[in-house]
Amino acid sequence: MTRFIETFLRALGKPLVKFLFSLGDLTSFLVKAIYHCFVPPFYFKLFIKQVIDIGFYSLPVVGLTTLFAGMVIALQTYSGFSGFKAENVIASVVLISVTRELAPVLSALMVAGRIGAAMAAEIGTMRVTEQIDALVTLSTNPFKYLVSPRLWAGLLVLPLLVLIGDIIGIFGGYIVGVYKLGFNPANYVTATFDDLQVIGIVSGLVKAAVFGFIISMMGCYHGYKSKGGAQGVGNATTNAVVSSSILILIFNYLITELFFSR
Amino acid sequence: MTKEIKISIRNLSKAFGKKQVLNGVDLDLYKGESLVVIGGSGTGKSVLIKCIQGLLTPDSGSIKIDDIEIINDHPEIIEKMHSKMGMLFQGGALFDSLMVWENVAFDLLQNRGFSRKEARIVAIKVLRQVGLGEDIADLYPSELSGGMQKRVGLARAVITKPEIIFFDEPTTGLDPIMADVINDLIIESAKDLGATTLTITHDMASARKIADKIAMLYQGKIIWYGTVKELDKTDNPYVRQFIEGSARGPIKVEK
Repeated sequence: MTRFIETFLRALGKPLVKFLFSLGDLTSFLVKAIYHCFVPPFYFKLFIKQVIDIGFYSLPVVGLTTLFAGMVIALQTYSGFSGFKAENVIASVVLISVTRELAPVLSALMVAGRIGAAMAAEIGTMRVTEQIDALVTLSTNPFKYLVSPRLWAGLLVLPLLVLIGDIIGIFGGYIVGVYKLGFNPANYVTATFDDLQVIGIVSGLVKAAVFGFIISMMGCYHGYKSKGGAQGVGNATTNAVVSSSILILIFNYLITELFFSR
Repeated sequence: MTKEIKISIRNLSKAFGKKQVLNGVDLDLYKGESLVVIGGSGTGKSVLIKCIQGLLTPDSGSIKIDDIEIINDHPEIIEKMHSKMGMLFQGGALFDSLMVWENVAFDLLQNRGFSRKEARIVAIKVLRQVGLGEDIADLYPSELSGGMQKRVGLARAVITKPEIIFFDEPTTGLDPIMADVINDLIIESAKDLGATTLTITHDMASARKIADKIAMLYQGKIIWYGTVKELDKTDNPYVRQFIEGSARGPIKVEK
């Protein structure tokens, strides 16, 4: 029995210790990364490049995702509420769902798949081919050169993307409401503007900023720590996407709790 | 006249988990001298060079460059030292996303306030010194052959006229003729700059050609140190086995 308990505890302890080490490692990386975000030199051109990569090139993906999300919500709400003769709430439901949840969360998950993976792969390849070591020997701090521009870009660009996603998603609901379900366009638009709440938009944008930071942080962290050649880079890419997706869902709940719990 | 010591390493140790890679390395590198560290794969040659560059933190020991201790809690000291150093990496370690001339001029652009126009002119001049024409300046590293990438790496290492240059397996993966071209370029670059160089290699032809002094690293320690002439006369069984490339001898290879 004692032996069984010992084996059991050992099996439990090893991954726990490994997890705690990883957590410590991530915290140390996080602190360093944030410190270097505020200490010059700043690489403005690299920041702009990241803004274009994360923001501009993600627009089609985010646009399509939020458009269809808005359309689906309009359709589902109609099918669910039509029995209660409550079609006039559709505009309101679309507005609230898109701005508070669908646009930030779905956009972030799509960007995590697109950008988080690319960041981890790029930085991971630089790590395993000694390009990060080369940066250090060329008197350039890799945190300032590689991590800071990506963190700033993720933090600042995702809210803009989500704001555009909000508009496109609401427009998706409008398309379904007006052209499929036959609502009066003016009434739909009026209902949307009547229910527009600052807190809904703001909470969505705060979420987007946090999610953007998480995506960049996880992409950079897993890429920076990757080792062991092509397989290591592959693992880093997978880990970046999985960990950022999970963290996005966890922080989505926490921020919602912060804004809307009474 | 006593020679001035550029890099002094004392009792340097580094382990990865249970594997003790460096186990009390003592080594002096004199100013203007070319030291080649030889040793088999996995003997810690790269770890040694990375410890000197501050890319790895040793577990214990001392590394002094120009009499300044670089193993301490002040990262700014080693950062300052990097401006005195250049490094040619084994695989070139060129930045994929930058053009050849931007790779060569990286330090000038990022840290020394050169405009892009000025930096490009200097980069092309240094590329010519390593036998590469202006036509490759706007290519990306992936468009170059292995030998060309090594030359670009060499150009990047010497562009800032460093006092110390490190060469990590400079001829690995090259054909014998290209390897000899790289050896000649290393000798020329070091001579032109009057730089102190530390090369790690297991290519004996390269070692003989570029070394003033040779040190052999085995089981985490320097087990032999001397000139090329002394290398040929030594009766140290480890060194003899290594330079003869024999499977029989005191050095056992893990199978």
